[in-house]
Amino acid sequence: MALSQNEVLVGLAEIVNEETGIDVESVQMGKSFTNDLDIDSISMMTIVVNAEEKFGVKIPDEEVKNLLTVGDAVNFITSAQG
Amino acid sequence: MNQIKLSQYETTRYSRIYSLGAARGDLVVTNDDIAGPIDSSDEWIRQRTGIITRRRAGKNQSLMDMSVAAAKEAIAGAGIQPSEIGAVIFSTISHPFQTPSAATLLADLVGANPAPAFDISAACAGYCYGIAQADALVRSGVAKYVLVVGAEKLSDFLDPTDRSISFLLADGAGAAIVGPSDEPGISPTVWGSDGSHWESVSMTHSLLEFRDGESPWPTIKQDGQTVFRWAVWEMAKVAQQALDVAGVKAEDLTALVTHQANIRIIDEMVKQLKLPEHVAVARDIVNTGNTSAASVPLAMHQLLADGTVKSGGLALQIGFGAGLAFAAQVVVLP
Repeated sequence: MALSQNEVLVGLAEIVNEETGIDVESVQMGKSFTNDLDIDSISMMTIVVNAEEKFGVKIPDEEVKNLLTVGDAVNFITSAQG
Repeated sequence: MNQIKLSQYETTRYSRIYSLGAARGDLVVTNDDIAGPIDSSDEWIRQRTGIITRRRAGKNQSLMDMSVAAAKEAIAGAGIQPSEIGAVIFSTISHPFQTPSAATLLADLVGANPAPAFDISAACAGYCYGIAQADALVRSGVAKYVLVVGAEKLSDFLDPTDRSISFLLADGAGAAIVGPSDEPGISPTVWGSDGSHWESVSMTHSLLEFRDGESPWPTIKQDGQTVFRWAVWEMAKVAQQALDVAGVKAEDLTALVTHQANIRIIDEMVKQLKLPEHVAVARDIVNTGNTSAASVPLAMHQLLADGTVKSGGLALQIGFGAGLAFAAQVVVLP
């Protein structure tokens, strides 16, 4: 069954925490991965691959460039769950 | 009618790597030395790549100078005469002549003339491609000993202002002698390519565009995120396949020697392969940088030279890069 937006956010925050050590509470919808969370491109790709595995979705390389905020990623994953 | 029986090569059962040779660029280039043109810093480069210093060739140090030094060390280490070399395989993307090959000149310079000699272009996978070919040549009886060289002078093909790859690149040469063995010394190779990502690591322009004044000197560039994803998650699968076809488990390894592309690729691959702590992981990139085809033999040579690993153990070696091309095999450490 597809996860809700909030469930995806919680799951994504866990992945971000595991990769970067950033508190799960800091991973909020409006936060920019690069500007607010200081996540570099390599960590971002690790997060993307782990998110694909966790949520059973495909996030193509060209799509990763559009995922500027946590909200962008959560929305993409939520709708990609189909 | 006369029955003529055709002669064919007599095969030999096993092969192994007898010895390695290594040569690095004379110059030790720090992150501070190159940070300016990419508006970066020592900290940024270390964090993203693991590189503290990289080795680059001095002004008068050529690709061939480094290759001869590495090849001579390997030949001496194998205890063979250069005249016994039955083939020379030279992997490079930075030989500055379309033709003739670097291999024929190297063969002549190390005393292996008139051995058959040819270049291969498989970028960072090139040395492992070369070992696969050498293994096949030795076991099929085509050559008794094969000299495999992976060598690059990438500093001739980089744009100091490029933020995608230039700060990784370095110069060096690694060499190996492959020959017959009483015991298995080189596993089957898991190798292949994916040309659908042909542009992921490539030159900025073709030589024809440069000739026609339509572009600056062509240099190496990459799409870092795409390459990172492929290099870690796809190559971890290839590494596991190489272990499977070799009939060994990760805990049986003495060492993991990956292409030295970026420390974070290496660290993530270690995680994906669930390597036990006793397996030594080559991290020559920290002080050498990314030398493409030279990086696997240089990194293995370093592990042996500093006593981290001993001859006789098993090492998984894997090269991957532009093409995209990849190759992995398990070898007995020389």
